[in-house]
Amino acid sequence: MKQILILCGLLLLMAPSLFGQTVRVTGRVTDATDGMSLPGVTIMIQGTTIGTITDIEGNYSIEAPSNAVLVFSFVGMQTMEVPVAGRTLINVALERVAILVDEFVVIGYGIQRREDATGAVAVVGARDFNRGMITSPQQLLAGRVSGVQVTLPSGAPGDGGVIRIRGGSSLAASNDPLIVIDGVPIENAGVPGVRNPLGTINPQDIESFTVLKDASATAIFGARASNGVILITTRRGRVGTPLQISYTGTFSMSTIAKKTDVLSATEFRDLMSQRFAGRPEVLGLLGNAETNWQDEIFDNAIGHDHVLTATGAWDFLPYRISLGYSAQDGVLRTDNMRRMTASINLTPSLLNDDLQLTLSARGSLVENFFADQGAIGAALRMDPTQAVRDDQSLFGGYFAWRLGNRPTPGTPNPMALLNLRDDQANANRFIGNFRANYRLPFLPDLRVNLNVAYDFSQSEGTTFTPDFAAWSFFQGGYRGNYWQDRSNELFDFYLNYNRAFEAIASHIDLTVGYSYQRLWHRGSAFGESNKDNLAFVMGLNPDRHRILVPDIPYESEQVLIGFFGRLNYTLLDRYLFTFTLRNDHTSRFSPETRSGLFPSMAFAWQINEEPFMANADFLSELKFRVGVGVTGQENIGLGDFPWMARYTRSMLGASFPFGSPDNFIQTIRPAGHDRNLRWEETTTYNVGLDWGIFGHRHYGSFNFFMRETRHLINFIPVPAGTTLTNFITTNVGNMESIGAEFSIFTRPVVRQNFNWLLGFNASWNRSEITRLTVVDDPGYLGILTGGIAGGVGNTIQIHSVGYSPYSFFVFQQVFDPQGRPIEGVFVDRNGDGIINEDDLYRFHNRAPRYFMGITSEFNYRQWSLSFAGRANIGNFVYNNVTSTAGELGWLFNSRGPYLSNVHREALTVGFNRSHFFSDFYVQDASFFKMDHITLSYNFGNIMGGGSNLMLSGIVQNAFVITQYEGIDPEVFSGIDYNFYPRPRNFVLSLSLQF
Amino acid sequence: MKKTLYFITLLAGFAVLFSSCMDDLNTRPLDGRELTAADVFDDPASYRQFLAKLYAGLSVTGQQGPAGMPDISGIDEGFSQYLRALFHHQVLSTDEAVIGWADQTLLDFVHQDWTSTCVFIAAFYYRIFYQIALANEFLRETTDVQLDRRGVTGQLRTDIQGYRLEARFLRALSYWHALDVFGSVPFVTENDPVGGGFLPPQISRADLFAFIESELKAIYPNMAPPRSPGFYGRADRGAAWMLLAKLYLNAEVYIGQPRYTEVITYTTNIINAGYSLVPNFRHLFNADNHLSMQEIIFTVPFDGIHTNTWGGTTFIIRGGTGGNMNPLASGIESGWGGLRTTRNIVELYSIADGRRLLHTSGQTLDIAELTNFTHGFASTKFTNIRRDGTRGSSLGFADTDFPMFRLADVYLMYAEAVLRGGTGGSMALAITYVNRIRERAFGSTAGNVTAITLDFILDERARELFWEGHRRTDLIRFGRFAGPNPYVWPWKGNSRDGVAVDARFNLFPIPAADLAANPNLVQNPGY
Repeated sequence: MKQILILCGLLLLMAPSLFGQTVRVTGRVTDATDGMSLPGVTIMIQGTTIGTITDIEGNYSIEAPSNAVLVFSFVGMQTMEVPVAGRTLINVALERVAILVDEFVVIGYGIQRREDATGAVAVVGARDFNRGMITSPQQLLAGRVSGVQVTLPSGAPGDGGVIRIRGGSSLAASNDPLIVIDGVPIENAGVPGVRNPLGTINPQDIESFTVLKDASATAIFGARASNGVILITTRRGRVGTPLQISYTGTFSMSTIAKKTDVLSATEFRDLMSQRFAGRPEVLGLLGNAETNWQDEIFDNAIGHDHVLTATGAWDFLPYRISLGYSAQDGVLRTDNMRRMTASINLTPSLLNDDLQLTLSARGSLVENFFADQGAIGAALRMDPTQAVRDDQSLFGGYFAWRLGNRPTPGTPNPMALLNLRDDQANANRFIGNFRANYRLPFLPDLRVNLNVAYDFSQSEGTTFTPDFAAWSFFQGGYRGNYWQDRSNELFDFYLNYNRAFEAIASHIDLTVGYSYQRLWHRGSAFGESNKDNLAFVMGLNPDRHRILVPDIPYESEQVLIGFFGRLNYTLLDRYLFTFTLRNDHTSRFSPETRSGLFPSMAFAWQINEEPFMANADFLSELKFRVGVGVTGQENIGLGDFPWMARYTRSMLGASFPFGSPDNFIQTIRPAGHDRNLRWEETTTYNVGLDWGIFGHRHYGSFNFFMRETRHLINFIPVPAGTTLTNFITTNVGNMESIGAEFSIFTRPVVRQNFNWLLGFNASWNRSEITRLTVVDDPGYLGILTGGIAGGVGNTIQIHSVGYSPYSFFVFQQVFDPQGRPIEGVFVDRNGDGIINEDDLYRFHNRAPRYFMGITSEFNYRQWSLSFAGRANIGNFVYNNVTSTAGELGWLFNSRGPYLSNVHREALTVGFNRSHFFSDFYVQDASFFKMDHITLSYNFGNIMGGGSNLMLSGIVQNAFVITQYEGIDPEVFSGIDYNFYPRPRNFVLSLSLQF
Repeated sequence: MKKTLYFITLLAGFAVLFSSCMDDLNTRPLDGRELTAADVFDDPASYRQFLAKLYAGLSVTGQQGPAGMPDISGIDEGFSQYLRALFHHQVLSTDEAVIGWADQTLLDFVHQDWTSTCVFIAAFYYRIFYQIALANEFLRETTDVQLDRRGVTGQLRTDIQGYRLEARFLRALSYWHALDVFGSVPFVTENDPVGGGFLPPQISRADLFAFIESELKAIYPNMAPPRSPGFYGRADRGAAWMLLAKLYLNAEVYIGQPRYTEVITYTTNIINAGYSLVPNFRHLFNADNHLSMQEIIFTVPFDGIHTNTWGGTTFIIRGGTGGNMNPLASGIESGWGGLRTTRNIVELYSIADGRRLLHTSGQTLDIAELTNFTHGFASTKFTNIRRDGTRGSSLGFADTDFPMFRLADVYLMYAEAVLRGGTGGSMALAITYVNRIRERAFGSTAGNVTAITLDFILDERARELFWEGHRRTDLIRFGRFAGPNPYVWPWKGNSRDGVAVDARFNLFPIPAADLAANPNLVQNPGY
């Protein structure tokens, strides 16, 4: 009784707020599929800009008029509108949209619903990116997509690394994929003085990568698409979201994980005394110090990165502004990079959503201080009994090998290389992009698209070596500078017609367009020795001052024009056909060969949409795809005019005294050229299956492809005397590859407080060269490639018909019964009694046979633990470190004279001379690397007012499992020498949102 | 209807816009580093510059010194320099030199066990044919038809006719090297089509001999007279006569017919043209040996700053310095420790001979290990020091020119031709000439001779022309190179004391790459 009275009283008290007044509404938002609470859901009062977001528990609280409507929205969920109707407690369960990642996927010249994609397309969204101290976009992708092999950059700060999609389809031409940022294809080449052209894009500005792998997806890019295409979409604001400011700070400390095993000073002294006993001219060269040169040149390095972004929408104008600053030291002393980026993205939607505009501008300023990476190799060779500094030295106070006051040939002092040499560069880059998408009022199914972009980079650098540096003493030092301007102008125009025809149960999506792109660059370099240099002053060199690099500017341009079209035809909502055609013209080839036609077609069958599958509710997707397409590669690395008959002027040092010893004149040389040069052409066949179950809680895909490249650029010998050079670059080779890719993403455990995500991908591919010469010749060995250190002009790899590219071409080592190699004894493979170049054979190659990636994430309440790892299996590396420094003859060099440290292998294996071509040095470098292990804690709303704080601790490059004995098995070129070690990073990251 | 019209107009407008952009595809080089073939000859100086490139092909390896913008590919630029490659084939394969570097198949020259895939042999072969192709291109660009088309008249036209003769000389020189080193080779002239799948035929040794002979005899009457001023670094009539004399001297080897009378004819022409021996032997091989043109008939110029390379005389001087030799004393910053000579040569010199320019301190006469520079005596014949004792203009690259043909060689050829039965000369004159050489060498008449034999001539050629690129040709002519003969030297046949090697090594093989590219070619016997 009493309770009823109190209840009535309360109701009466609340009565006023029920009618026209504001109420405080609270509640919890959950995921309808599994009941998990959803933090970060946006709740807006409809028709206003007032809103809030749910906290970590999914709870929210908002003051709203009692007759208002609350709009609940969240990425990946269907938006719900709920009238308040006077309630104070409103719990909401949001339904999932059928796909986990964004509904629409960016493809070439347009977007497509992910489920309608007929090609092999993979999307990596921000939540799947790798974590840690990320200074280049390539790092975000490593190991995340099947078929995409990313070799991480070396340890140099800002270095880019290498991306290969399905192994690349070329030999001598570029194997890099085409990178498109917001619809703007960018050049892979950058200005000099920048370690990585992609590094001018702040990784935090990237929303997602779309990787187009097979020809039916890439053929619309025509003559640049043979190696796959990566579409990068940058982050933008969204209509209806309140202003959100966020700051992310990342602090890292880098350490070297593994150093090369060379001898210590004591071990070195003992070895020298044993081996050169009774030879005072050798033992007298030993010093008295104990120096660990690798410890001297390497040091722990600090880096920090800050990004401040403001996202929101001002009425109809969503915006995103971001500012970033990054400073990273390299583990090699004196190596440093600093970068400032700024970007603004405006995406207004006007005229009742008929006109959608995107204006974006991004700029970056990079300052690089380069350390001389030769110090790495020098530190391995340098005599450990010598001290770093020598007070009596004329050479900057550093020890140097010398005779009296004149330097002699010998290993340069690694610390002198780092400290005396100054090499720095600044680069600016600006990318401006204007896109418009207009729906014609009189033809609502037709949309007109325009994309105009301007990408301009500029760099300036200087290098300085003092005249008292021992290695530059006779030259008189070096002072030089260089600069370059580069621009990329794009004009794209295309029409898109999109309409359903219910009468024939079809849907047509037709795109027709035109693309114009101009790439231009101009630059110059200048270098001279120091005036009145030390060697001249000491009377040791008559050369007072010399111009070493004359200032002769270079300038060049390239124009690409393409006409393209795509037809997507859907029948009965489950049979999808795609046809694309592109006609590309490039200025790089002659008028007869510059035009090319690149068609493709694909078919996809959405099996789960079939009536007979209607009861298979567990299946969210089952799509079978098959496609074939032709793509081209026009970046054959021969400059912009390889087809044209030209004459080249001679430069410094190649003049000729014509008629009199004082009359040096320039010479001109007709350049070897081939007027019939054309691009390489690749035909790819792809078969795939995409599947998803339980509301797309688990999904994956499988692809199998076969690819043939024709008209491969090859540098082949021409019959002597027939052209103006001995080798000509012409289209003459064929290469084939096959491969398979598998990927799976699952959420094995989803509970209210705990969930677990797991992703795994595995790829296999194999390439084989099938033709290299005009006439098949069994005696033609192939193209020698892969230069190594040791001797002059030695190469260790070869491209041969019937083998994979970059196979190692070596002698077969003979081993003793204990497994030790017998010095200088090789298998006489052709049985002719002598060991010569006819006994070389092809032994493995540098590319991995299989590569895999694994990523996993555990979320428990506010905690999150994640890791990502990659494995390469079957890649081999030539250990050029031990092949040069692993032999005892290396210890004393009479051409100096000087002493060199050796690798421990010189003691265990005991070679007395170098044997560069032994297959003993070609070693299995298969590895598993744990790229990062991350532990995060989300503090949630501790600062009040809808803010969010998250703290993460990350170990990058946590551990490596491999049997390779060098310092890092991940060597893209397959030749391990002078490798800049990848550090292990300990990272703390702070993310704050208001 | 209105919509469609609007639409069509729009499309038409864009079509016009796009088609004008298509012209942008015709790009041209924008900087001065490259010129299109259409424009290059607008400048009258370009003919001279093109001819200079032909000559420069003997000195440098590309359009940038010491390396960069290479002429030929597939091999390190330093290794492929013309004279260095000539040195490998003509000197390193003989008793005159050994080398201590195990770069690729370099030691095959010393061991005399080279094969057709040796990259150094390919380098020389392609370098020779590069010169020939370039000369052919020059001749094609300077035909009367071309010159008329460009409106070239007057002095320039006359000069160009002279340039054409020089280009033909250079082509003949390279064909002679090919004839001597490779024997039967592909044959291509300016009358053959360029590219388009043309496969040169293989010319026999006899026919190639006849071609070179006819070319030289056709050009020398109109070439500049010997010792013409303004012809430093270029070929004049004296050079053409010299090449003819060389051709005829070895005719028995090339075509099996003795032509020693013609040797006497042309050597006499040269001797009577006013050349004279330089009093100081060392001045022929030093930094300012461009002052020694009274004796040098054809020189290959180098300059430490303007015409430099990792090959040429830089290679001979720096490659031949090592051990305890003081590099600064030879005008270089450091040596590469490679080249030494064998006891066969050392024992030919008497101590008083001024041409015995050996470095013996710290060196052993015997060569136990090829890769040890201190085994074998080093040579100080070539230096980068000027007559006044100062160093050349750069310590990295030599100013020293390479004397390819000189008067002393002519004297010895005359004497040999007389001994071998050529007519038109006299033994007395031959002995006089030989004594001129000996007097210069010994600084007095102490070394003079009263009678000469063929063996003496061979030995005297070794003493006088050491490391000047003639030894292999001489040994073959005397039957002492490859094949079953008793003459051996350390490391011949990869044996420490030397053994005879198979007769096929009297010729170098045609590189496997060209055999693959040109099915017309047949390999030399035995390879």
